Amino acid sequence: MTAPVETKMITLTIEGRQVTVPEGTTILEAAKQVGVLIPHYCYHPGLPVAGVCRMCLVDVEKAPKLAPSCATTVAEGQVVTVHNEKSLEARKGVLEMLLINHPLDCPICDQSGECELQDYTYQEGREDSRYREPKRFNPAEDFGGDVVYVPNRCILCTRCVRFMDDLAHDPVLNVSERGDRALIGKFDGKDLTHPWAANVVDLCPVGALLSKDFLNKARAWELDRTASICPNCTQGCNVMMETRENQLVRMRPRPNEYVNAFFMCDYGRLNYRWMNEKDRVEQPMVRQGGALAPTSWERGIAAAAAVLKGKRVFVAASPMLSNEALFLLAQLMAAGSFRVTEGDEAPLPGIDDLALRRERAANVNGAETLGFTKTRDLLGGLGQGDVLLVAGEDLAGIDAGVLAKASAIVVIGSVLPAATNAAVVLPIANFAEEEGTVTNLRGRVQRFSQARQAPGEARPSWLVLGDLLGAMGKQSSFFLPSDVFARLASTNKAFAGLSYDTLGFKGLPLATAQASGPKAPLAMGAR
Amino acid sequence: MGYPHQPHQRETTVLSRYFGDAEARTLAGWKSRGGYQALEKALAMAPADIVNVVKESGLRGRGGAGFPTGMKWSFMKPGDGKPHYLCCNADESEPGTFKDRELMRWTPHALVEGCAIGAYAIGAETAYIYIRGEFTEPLYWMNEAVKEAYAAGIIGKNAMGTGKRIDVHVHKGAGAYICGEETALMNSLEGRRGNPRIKPPFPAVSGLFGMPTTINNVETLIAAIPILMNGADWYKKMSLSNPKSTGTKLYSVCGNIERPGTYEVVMGFPFRDFLYDVCGGPLPGRKFKAVIPGGVSVPIQTMEEAEASLMDYEGFVAQGSMLGSGGVIVIDDAQSMVAVIARIARFFAHESCAQCTQCREGTAWTTKILERIRDGQGTTEDLDTLLDIAEQMTGKTICVLSDSCATPVVSGIKKFGREFGELIQGRTYVSVIEAVA
Repeated sequence: MTAPVETKMITLTIEGRQVTVPEGTTILEAAKQVGVLIPHYCYHPGLPVAGVCRMCLVDVEKAPKLAPSCATTVAEGQVVTVHNEKSLEARKGVLEMLLINHPLDCPICDQSGECELQDYTYQEGREDSRYREPKRFNPAEDFGGDVVYVPNRCILCTRCVRFMDDLAHDPVLNVSERGDRALIGKFDGKDLTHPWAANVVDLCPVGALLSKDFLNKARAWELDRTASICPNCTQGCNVMMETRENQLVRMRPRPNEYVNAFFMCDYGRLNYRWMNEKDRVEQPMVRQGGALAPTSWERGIAAAAAVLKGKRVFVAASPMLSNEALFLLAQLMAAGSFRVTEGDEAPLPGIDDLALRRERAANVNGAETLGFTKTRDLLGGLGQGDVLLVAGEDLAGIDAGVLAKASAIVVIGSVLPAATNAAVVLPIANFAEEEGTVTNLRGRVQRFSQARQAPGEARPSWLVLGDLLGAMGKQSSFFLPSDVFARLASTNKAFAGLSYDTLGFKGLPLATAQASGPKAPLAMGAR
Repeated sequence: MGYPHQPHQRETTVLSRYFGDAEARTLAGWKSRGGYQALEKALAMAPADIVNVVKESGLRGRGGAGFPTGMKWSFMKPGDGKPHYLCCNADESEPGTFKDRELMRWTPHALVEGCAIGAYAIGAETAYIYIRGEFTEPLYWMNEAVKEAYAAGIIGKNAMGTGKRIDVHVHKGAGAYICGEETALMNSLEGRRGNPRIKPPFPAVSGLFGMPTTINNVETLIAAIPILMNGADWYKKMSLSNPKSTGTKLYSVCGNIERPGTYEVVMGFPFRDFLYDVCGGPLPGRKFKAVIPGGVSVPIQTMEEAEASLMDYEGFVAQGSMLGSGGVIVIDDAQSMVAVIARIARFFAHESCAQCTQCREGTAWTTKILERIRDGQGTTEDLDTLLDIAEQMTGKTICVLSDSCATPVVSGIKKFGREFGELIQGRTYVSVIEAVA
């Protein structure tokens, strides 16, 4: 290893607060560190600096002109003022100009409530406009993929253009025309069909680029937001799960420089409907006289324990289950396997080691680390006369003849697998309905949280499995998923040293995983 | 001014000496008029010595900003292991300016020679001449000249047999005013959209293709030829005013004036004599009302200011304007100042690259208000709004296009406010809400 290069540190004063940052940091980023958010539009920490919106102008002592803080690096002893009259007047001017051609259609705009133009106008803008002329009008345009463009609302910050050019490496968008006729254009014959293209919707600070999927579905202020992990592949992108009236309506990326920078792929983003699944098992059930009959949790757990006790248990697990559930499951089983849905890998070339992965499940790595075998033949290891414990698996495509090898079947799942002759069915929450951890393909353990409520009497998987262990006479005293994780960390070397507290919401690598630095530095330099 | 060219007796024709002389366009003709001797002399000198002579001469950029040329060249550090580039800014698009067009039409070899000298002085092996897209005739002659110079071995791998490599490429712009801004010009040359870049980094550090680059105006590069031939002292002496403005300057004169055209006078020439004597004064029966002395980006002068001006960098500043590109636009009493300023604003609104908010929106907004006032629909509030927008458009953007739009508006309102007032006649704005109530 080479010795780390000594970074020169610079001390400056921003809004009366002293801050010391590495040389080369922009004033805007330095200000964030002392809790000063300098209003900005075109700047985004994950994109090259453009310096075009002129919103982030600040007053630097002794400088003749206001400085764009996104494109100005710090200097020793600099005194920066963000909120004095000179810079406020400049930003007020920018806001007025941004609004002269911007329709005041907030009541019907999807961005309303999470719109940076709206926020800063309320914060610093004029209460009226002096613009007396007709506004510019351009029709909305379908940009392909999940994206629709409303040019009238566009403030030409060019974040979308830079994302497609510099991160997706798929130059689809451009600034067409000049002057106030300018708008975002699409190159001939191209569409926003890149597998990561929908990020432009998140990047757009106003309501100019909208998601077709989310169009007119909910107002921003009606949403409940939960920090979680995208369950749709092994990358483990950090996300916000957004729900309205207990229904997931949108998933958006949550920044994590170790996993997904600021982005997530379209496949992951749009594949949330399964978590709103309707055909749920809502009550524990036991087979009585040839038919499944609802029962209480106590009786259900007891019935399941009775079926499993003393038998050789084969577990067909799901790689969507949490580390906690899989850890508990592993204590019940003689052998266990799981299978994974696969698709094409689709990288985001601008960020190192970020891709929609081939394996389309959240916890493939976790399942393998905890002793489950990845296989294409899910029940290949099922022995004649074994008790089959199906956990989170829908058994789609499994031949009924193979199932007949099992002496009994216990199902722990959110839906009832077809063609099973289950003796006991215990309903559990799905990925969006419980809390836990998953391990991504690089061995990073990350927490996900409950975004919606499970239907009926369904319980979190770790709770059901904990109770089942207890009923089978194995020690179990788990009141929280963090208890299960603490036990896992104390018994499994790979998880040693980890806890919910230290994982936080950005996760940590397994003790056995290869350490790696952040893949996307907080601020990329100017082009 | 028609051709054959008859210079006025008070002109000092250094650069414009061969205007109208078709033979000077060819290599043979240029050589027989002393062409390429300066290049030969230069290639025998050390680059630093050339820079020193130019520094000594006091030559300043003729494109508008007036930055000392020798100093600009000295920013290029030789031997830094990187390729250096010289860009010749021949994207002469400033309304009212057409001096470079004449230089390229009549003396294309002078520009090839100037580029070669400049390139050698800054340690560049490649010079690009970025020529305005609409300049079809100058483009033709420049291409011919470059072809001839290559064929004669004057430029190329072995320039004039000295073993030094100097390539000159002519690049035709696609018709954008903003590409005359040096960083936009470089973007355009690289094949990108012609948007100005944020400075720093300055071109001398990271310019064309990210390499150290110097950008000079056509007239500046050509002026290096007589400086090298006759020495810095000779050039310095061609000034009637102060040592900060030296040599001769080309002016393109247009508008309501008896003899529009391209003229060359020494620095410090009295503007009054220039307008009334050299250019023949106003049209019959008319009176001058205002002058824009350096292209539409500079403040408008009243006649009082204009007549008191000395024609050099400091002289115009002292009288409320700037030398700029030397594009003199004369406006007489038959014109409406509001209409003139509205037209200027419309030009900038059309040409804004649309990067910076203040420029994209401000130029268009300014235009709309001015045109409304021109059409008799203005209100008293409009003038305040115009001045306020102009303030927002000044000193806050990446390049100075928006400042350039604000300048004539502010100077126009301040100096010719009465004409605005007459069109507005005390009308005040009544909002729809007030009108209904």
